[in-house]
Amino acid sequence: MSLQMISVILGSLTIASGLMVVLSKHPIRSVIYLVITFFFISAMYILMNAQFLAIVNMIVYAGAIMVLFLFVLMLLNLNKEMEPETTRMSLFTAVIAGGTLFLVMITALRDTFQYGKGYVQVPVQDAGLVEQLGKLLFSKYLVPFEISSILFIAAMVGAVLLAKREKQIID
Amino acid sequence: MDTAMLIEKSALVLLLFLISLGVAAYQTYFERKLAAWIQDRVGPDRAGPFGILQPIADGTKMFLKEDFIPAKADKWLFIIGPGISMFTALITSSVIPWGTNLNLFGRDISLQVADFNIGILFVFGVVSIGVYGIMIGGWASNNKYSLYGAIRASSQMISYELAMGISAITIVMLTGSLSLNDIVKSQHGMNWNIFYQPLAFFIFFITSLAELNRAPFDLPECESELIGGYHTEYSSMKLGLYLFSEYTSMFVSSAIMAVMFFGGYNVPGMDAFSGNILAILSIAAFALKIFLIIFVIMWIRWTIPRFRFDQLMHLGWKVLIPVAIVNMLITGLVVAWNQGWM
Repeated sequence: MSLQMISVILGSLTIASGLMVVLSKHPIRSVIYLVITFFFISAMYILMNAQFLAIVNMIVYAGAIMVLFLFVLMLLNLNKEMEPETTRMSLFTAVIAGGTLFLVMITALRDTFQYGKGYVQVPVQDAGLVEQLGKLLFSKYLVPFEISSILFIAAMVGAVLLAKREKQIID
Repeated sequence: MDTAMLIEKSALVLLLFLISLGVAAYQTYFERKLAAWIQDRVGPDRAGPFGILQPIADGTKMFLKEDFIPAKADKWLFIIGPGISMFTALITSSVIPWGTNLNLFGRDISLQVADFNIGILFVFGVVSIGVYGIMIGGWASNNKYSLYGAIRASSQMISYELAMGISAITIVMLTGSLSLNDIVKSQHGMNWNIFYQPLAFFIFFITSLAELNRAPFDLPECESELIGGYHTEYSSMKLGLYLFSEYTSMFVSSAIMAVMFFGGYNVPGMDAFSGNILAILSIAAFALKIFLIIFVIMWIRWTIPRFRFDQLMHLGWKVLIPVAIVNMLITGLVVAWNQGWM
């Protein structure tokens, strides 16, 4: 099986599971389909020889963020009876928002057909490995890397402050 | 990939699968005997001499029980839950180097299924996926005690994953590689990481107990509060798979601890041997180390009482994570000093 075949199959599976996220009526199942989608994306990374990214994608998205999603949904216990009724207005806005997103995606797709060559562009043999990635992050992309870490710290401090706010009022 | 390699790897996978299941089965026997010994009882002694056939009897019992699915349960998720648990418990064994190369039929056979260059991260990835088995099973049962158990399990596992990762980073810093194979090779002979990183090992060990849902961190299945925790509604072999996956992951994580801190298959004085004798010696040494770690884990279960949930969160977030971060900083400084970067 050629690389191209594998990538086509993986791509269609990714899109299929992504569609299931939206089409599935049950919120918990949607989350599980989303986890599966992340797995397929990880597989794509491995196909491009970026094993580090693949595993980090699995740990961070599938392993941490989606667990929190699932956590919240399980506690909310959503079901058919509790579903809020959709008004004509909300339907209308949803169609417009979705249509705009679709337009953006179509233009993006058009660009890839225009500028992209072939399906998969396998990067230089070991570009995705940890050593190369680390060297790049600490030389060429040092400033963006540090700025994003400052952003992370700011977000963390903000989260802690928000969580602690009630206690401060009591004091 | 040539055919011989394919056959060799498939045989290794099958062998590892059987060994993991066999070890897990006999761990239950060992645990019961150990508990009996600690509590001054006899323990299982009816099935076969010294009760040696007890695991087989237990397994048969599990298979023959009625397989019951509650009426309001989410059927598919209920079935998938134990499967995910077992899958994540078994798959980690594929990146562990079980011994030095074995020479069979004129071929050098590596006793590691996949020599990933990011082996440690793979282990963490699988650990983070392991939560799903318990969460999905607990939620799908449609039982409040199961849900409590599932939520406890997931919050506990997410909290302890952090400290676990930070304590493992020190080992990566010392070795300069994420590959488990390189980590083992760097601990040649008696040059084990435990002598350099005792604190990291201590944290890693505690967090492993929490990830395994073993006592004193077995709150997800705390029977005095939650009946049976996340597997309250499970019966037959589905329950068996949950219990089994706990023992399998105990075996595998003991192996990971042996690899990271106790030199894996390395033994002092191993340079005197070579070839297949060395391979067999290394496998035996590795098995002995795993056995001792499993023994300590079981010993802890029958010695220390269960934590309360707020104590568990306090220990995880306010004690283990700060200590692990300080340990990591000090290790980083020492490594930088040794490399001449400062």
